[in-house]
Amino acid sequence: MNFDIYDFSSFTKSIDEGLMASMSPFWAITIEMIIIGVLILGFYAVVGLYLVYAERKICAFMQCRVGPNRVGPYGFFQTIADLIKLLLKELIPIKNADKILFNIAPFIVIIASFMAIAAIPFAKGLHALDFNIGVLYVMAVSSMGVIGILLAGWSSNNKYSLIGAMRSGAQIVSYELSVGLSLITIVILAGSLQFSTIVEGQRNGWFIFTGHIPAIIAFLVFLVASTAETNRGPFDLAEAESELTAGFHTEYSGIKFAFFFLAEYMNMFIVASIAATVFLGGWMPFHIGGWEAFNGIMDYIPPFIWYIGKTAFVIFLMMWFKWTFPRLRIDQLLTLEWKYLLPINLFNIILMAFIVLMGWHF
Amino acid sequence: MDAEKIQPLTEEQEFSINMGPQHPSTHGVLRLMLKLQGEMVREVKPQLGYIHRGIEKMCEKLTYPQTIHLTDRLDYLSAHILNESVCLAVENALEVEVPDRVKYVRTIIDELNRIASHQLWWCAFGMDLGALTTFFYGLRDREKILDIFEETCGARLLLSYNVPGGLMFDIHPNFQKRTKDFIKYFRKKLPEYDALLTGNPIMQERTKGIGYFSKEDAINFGLSGPPGRASGFSCDVRVHQPYSAYPFAKFKEILYTEGDTFHRYKVRIDEMWESMNIIEQLIDNIPEGDFAVKMKPVIKLPEGEYYQRVEAARGEFGVYIVSDGNKNPYRMKFRSPNFCNLAPLHKMSVGYKIADLVAISGSLDFVVPDMDR
Repeated sequence: MNFDIYDFSSFTKSIDEGLMASMSPFWAITIEMIIIGVLILGFYAVVGLYLVYAERKICAFMQCRVGPNRVGPYGFFQTIADLIKLLLKELIPIKNADKILFNIAPFIVIIASFMAIAAIPFAKGLHALDFNIGVLYVMAVSSMGVIGILLAGWSSNNKYSLIGAMRSGAQIVSYELSVGLSLITIVILAGSLQFSTIVEGQRNGWFIFTGHIPAIIAFLVFLVASTAETNRGPFDLAEAESELTAGFHTEYSGIKFAFFFLAEYMNMFIVASIAATVFLGGWMPFHIGGWEAFNGIMDYIPPFIWYIGKTAFVIFLMMWFKWTFPRLRIDQLLTLEWKYLLPINLFNIILMAFIVLMGWHF
Repeated sequence: MDAEKIQPLTEEQEFSINMGPQHPSTHGVLRLMLKLQGEMVREVKPQLGYIHRGIEKMCEKLTYPQTIHLTDRLDYLSAHILNESVCLAVENALEVEVPDRVKYVRTIIDELNRIASHQLWWCAFGMDLGALTTFFYGLRDREKILDIFEETCGARLLLSYNVPGGLMFDIHPNFQKRTKDFIKYFRKKLPEYDALLTGNPIMQERTKGIGYFSKEDAINFGLSGPPGRASGFSCDVRVHQPYSAYPFAKFKEILYTEGDTFHRYKVRIDEMWESMNIIEQLIDNIPEGDFAVKMKPVIKLPEGEYYQRVEAARGEFGVYIVSDGNKNPYRMKFRSPNFCNLAPLHKMSVGYKIADLVAISGSLDFVVPDMDR
């Protein structure tokens, strides 16, 4: 078994071969699935918790505060303490709520984000699902989360929740379009829906640099639309604190609330990962075509670090929006999507197709 | 949008919702009964009384110096200005002329109080729009003013620094220096407010042209303070009926004619600049002298009716005293700006979205204990 931080494919392959040799393929695959499931679950929880910590630190930094600083050094274990508190809290049963839907809703939200994370390439060979329709798959499962939000709002038997859920429905369904179309722009350039091929295609330069203007436009549109799709400020209308108290999750408490909370951060992580993978090269180091010496130096930084760095950059951008911008109004939100982003996107796709056809990209 | 043009709702279209008494954006225990059509606000019915304490009735059993401490509890964010109103009423009734030093100090603290109040409003208004960072920027600067208050009279929020005939005690030796330091500091910090919120395109989209209120309506509804002045109604008591040291200072009344949420916002931002101008003119010229006139131990107003207006941070505050010659008032009535400023909420917000209602009520800057008394 050879472990290489630059290329995990031989490591994962050796585990696969070892398992296949010692038992029947059915059991080998079952065990592999369990291992991957547990790993992703652990990763999910840790990333979720530390994104909350990061958000609290970053927003504290923007608000002239210190942020969490009591539990552990620099408050590093604050979110773990929070999680324990949420786990121990009473789950308040709601009178006249639709019990089944009410209990199912947080799971739908969290499963949607959990499924999406499977298709993300973390490093070379560190990739749970490598479909030939990876982009399509992520789009499909991540948009399932809106069902959970709608159910949560509907079943809570609370008018604020209902308004929040309806807003969220309108918002996510609209912005799904822009997210999809801006990814399609890059798919045209990459010529594939498979994430590994998309990352491999950026060996000589990330798509945001090689794709001319359309790639940059697509990146900006994706950034705006994906912020809206994850229900984060300035597009956090679904939970608009000053208007709807807490929107769709007003009635949730304890661990069910934690599920919504965690799912919000994981959705942010997923869209940031996709942005990093599709536009910024994923785990691919910063390469400039033809500069062999420079590329060689860049290759010394492990791909996993590149991936985390780029994702963190996009996440930081999204947190920056949230903590400095006021919230949009629902009609302005829909106007932005249908009157501005969508036409820009459609034009952008045509432009990209034209550029690819003429071979003008780098 | 005109309220008249909107068709009445059928029963099944109607969606009524209670905003408050516990709600983040009503800034206290105000209850707004809303009728909605989807997101659109069709009717706003404010319900008061959740924090009614019978202050006016309590005043009838108290002596005049004691009532001052109850005025704090009305608009707690402009406590000093409200204290001053009773003091001025009593002084005018007894025809006592307070020393110039008292007038200067009162006016300076009034203006500091106004800045502090507007800072807190700015924090909360940003929060109403969903910009959470504003809260900490505003409170950071407000803390400096509260520190000055604390050093001057020991209290930070409910000052009760005024007594009939002057001040409770003289200003702290550091007062002038610290106030000047604050002005210097805040002149640098106030442009940050503009950079963070005023200039933001989302904020401008959210507030410009929203919640229009005409000058005629403003006069009819008795609007005062920043909401009135944003509609072009010149209602600044400091200009029209100057009291304390306002005659010694040169300042202009901030007036806009647009009457929308954005200009109600703008009036307050400009007022902070103007307040700093007033303080700068007065702070170096505080005359030497007594900090209070010797009053009788038991203050009795001669029989009659007395009215005193002052410009609180949220508008015109009036105190109306009926005296029967006893040591406590026969009747004491407060004209509170927030009560009058609440009235137009329905007219301003009909036809707009819920988010606009929150922005409009934020721009009217409610302090609920002042409405209920």
